[in-house]
Amino acid sequence: MTQATLLQAIRDTLHEEMARDPRVVVMGEDVGREGGVFRVTEGLHAKFGPDRVLDMPLNEGGIVGMAIGMALNGLRPVVEIEFADFIFPAFDQIVSELAKLRYRSGGQFPAPVVIRAPSGGGIKGGHYHSQSPEAHFIHTAGLVVVSPSTPADAKGLLASAIRGPDPVLFFEPKALYRTVKGEVPEGEHLVPFGKGRIARPGEDVTLVAWGAMVPVAEKAADAVAAEGVRVEVIDPRTLWPLDIALIEDSVNRTGRAVVLHEAPRACGFGAEVAALVQERCFLHLKAPIARVTGYDTPFPYALEKTYLPDPEKTAGAIRAAMNF
Amino acid sequence: MKKKAESKEYPMVTVLLPDGMADPANDPGLPDPELLAVFGKMNLVRAMDEKAIALQRSGRIGFYVPSSGQEACSVGAGYCVREGDWLFPAYRDHGMALMRGCPLVTLVAQLYGNDADPTRGRQMPNHWCDQRIRLVSVSSPVATQLPHAVGASYAAKLRGEPVAAIATFGDGGTSTGEFHAGMNFAGVFRTPTIFLCENNQYAISVHVSRQTAAPTLAAKAAAYGIPGIRVDGNDVLAVLKVAREALERARSGEGPTMIEAVTYRMGPHSTSDDPSVYRTEDEVAQWRRKDPIRRFAEHLRKRGLLDDAAEEAARSEAKEAVQRAVEEVEAAPPVPVESLFEDVFAEMPWHLAEQRDALLSGKGETR
Ligand SMILES: Cc1ncc(C[n+]2csc(CCOP(=O)(O)OP(=O)(O)O)c2C)c(N)n1
Repeated sequence: MTQATLLQAIRDTLHEEMARDPRVVVMGEDVGREGGVFRVTEGLHAKFGPDRVLDMPLNEGGIVGMAIGMALNGLRPVVEIEFADFIFPAFDQIVSELAKLRYRSGGQFPAPVVIRAPSGGGIKGGHYHSQSPEAHFIHTAGLVVVSPSTPADAKGLLASAIRGPDPVLFFEPKALYRTVKGEVPEGEHLVPFGKGRIARPGEDVTLVAWGAMVPVAEKAADAVAAEGVRVEVIDPRTLWPLDIALIEDSVNRTGRAVVLHEAPRACGFGAEVAALVQERCFLHLKAPIARVTGYDTPFPYALEKTYLPDPEKTAGAIRAAMNF
Repeated sequence: MKKKAESKEYPMVTVLLPDGMADPANDPGLPDPELLAVFGKMNLVRAMDEKAIALQRSGRIGFYVPSSGQEACSVGAGYCVREGDWLFPAYRDHGMALMRGCPLVTLVAQLYGNDADPTRGRQMPNHWCDQRIRLVSVSSPVATQLPHAVGASYAAKLRGEPVAAIATFGDGGTSTGEFHAGMNFAGVFRTPTIFLCENNQYAISVHVSRQTAAPTLAAKAAAYGIPGIRVDGNDVLAVLKVAREALERARSGEGPTMIEAVTYRMGPHSTSDDPSVYRTEDEVAQWRRKDPIRRFAEHLRKRGLLDDAAEEAARSEAKEAVQRAVEEVEAAPPVPVESLFEDVFAEMPWHLAEQRDALLSGKGETR
């Protein structure tokens, strides 16, 4: 075990996977000499050279499109989108091409491309450097959508993504890049997709959160613990396919569910989680399922703190569930 | 309709002269049996077109995108594509697939989308693929396959394999962001990629003069630092010659090429289109005189390789082959319902398994 930040864990994993498998190629804007604007890919260019660490011309659709062709022809491309907000120029390549190639070819042409994108707010990034676009991709059949909240999971999930057979959107909570530190297993460490994690066990309320909202959920759990409320925090890790069994089991025990995410509420992934819980746990529910989310506005700059869910808002939803 | 000035910088490469002879300076010099094989495949593509339109009209298939008039492009370029090369075609280029040995029945089965279709009825007609010949699944969104071709050829280059990737697309495709991305990336990375634009004059109803103000599409290549070549797209030997040179250059590490093949789609855009709204009978008649199959037949006659009987034989052989494929495909059962949920991911996740089980149990949406 070593201590690492989330960012270091991702960087180390890229180094290890590139060293392990010559098919792995890293590509994106400024990922080469610069080492990425967040420095996640630092050192790769020097170690593996410009043919495997590609500083790309500025065109996200083209980058994802080229990665698709590379994956079709045997490479394992890991694309960095500089900020998740700039994934929309590549939206067509992701939803129309990448997500559908296996299906539309009857299984003949899988395209295992990994797309890493720093997502979420909390860094004073304003509108175009703060969004959480996961729901757009979960809504598209054929994509695995991942968001780690610990350094160990970042390693295990990224290694699974690079070695796996499906296209993966890997949303990195950039607010946690350097603020979260933790133990990371050395050597081979794979976290399977579709397996969530109980970040903290509890018996009274199930609180589902991912990415940068996991620490917020834990703080909210601390706050209500003083009032005798035991919160179970679940981090699905893979958003899609979701570990519904873990959530279902938890809610059937606690009888209460709160979903917490940064993205806007309407049609956010929280809506899907709430619907699934309602379908599966209805007879166990003691209170309506609550959502704590961003507002249905564009992401603001000056009012970022107002916009983002925080431990207080989350604790409020937990208390409301308890007192229903 | 605006007439384009002929470009001096991008003169049209032509082999077949008006008198039916081949320009000796440019003749790619195929042996006689190969010339006849090319002719046979052009007839096969035409026969498939005619049959597919009839099948659509009689309700046996849902839709079809014809390619009559463009056979010289797909068959001519297809002649030059070798084992190991990657194909990223648009929906009118199955001639290339046939040249690479894709079974006719694979293509016909895709039109039906039944259990004989290896792609399991996932897409509308003309969206075939065949992994055995590296023919990548055709996509509906125009020109999305261009960066894919660049990526596949980059991978080949990285491994030092002497293979190329060829992407085909229409004049409309040259207006897309992906055309720019693909050409630009290919130029920057010097990938072994061939961009074969089949300028058939129209994107559905919109004339090529509404796609660009440039005098030729080939001229666009200059902006990306790659060679652009303009070729008579109704002249199979000319297409073959320029495609062969471009592919050889690509395979030997000299980078990408864009080819603009000037041609004409003689039929409608698709079986849902009425071309009389946007083009005149007169215009169509002019291009019919340049029908690539007729032009090539004349040339083969001049060479003494074809007479009335042999031409008729080629045509009826093609028709019979298509008929046999249709009969074989029509005997297949529909795709099984559970296949709806397969191939979304490598392994089926719980939510798809649940949806499948609910559908199969007849209980509807409830678990
Ligand atoms: C991105 C996109 N926009 C619109 C369409 C609808 N559409 C289908 S074919 C077509 C015209 C394509 O013209 P061109 O690229 O010249 O190819 P051609 O059909 O002439 O072979 C259009 C607009 C599409 N398939 N994809």
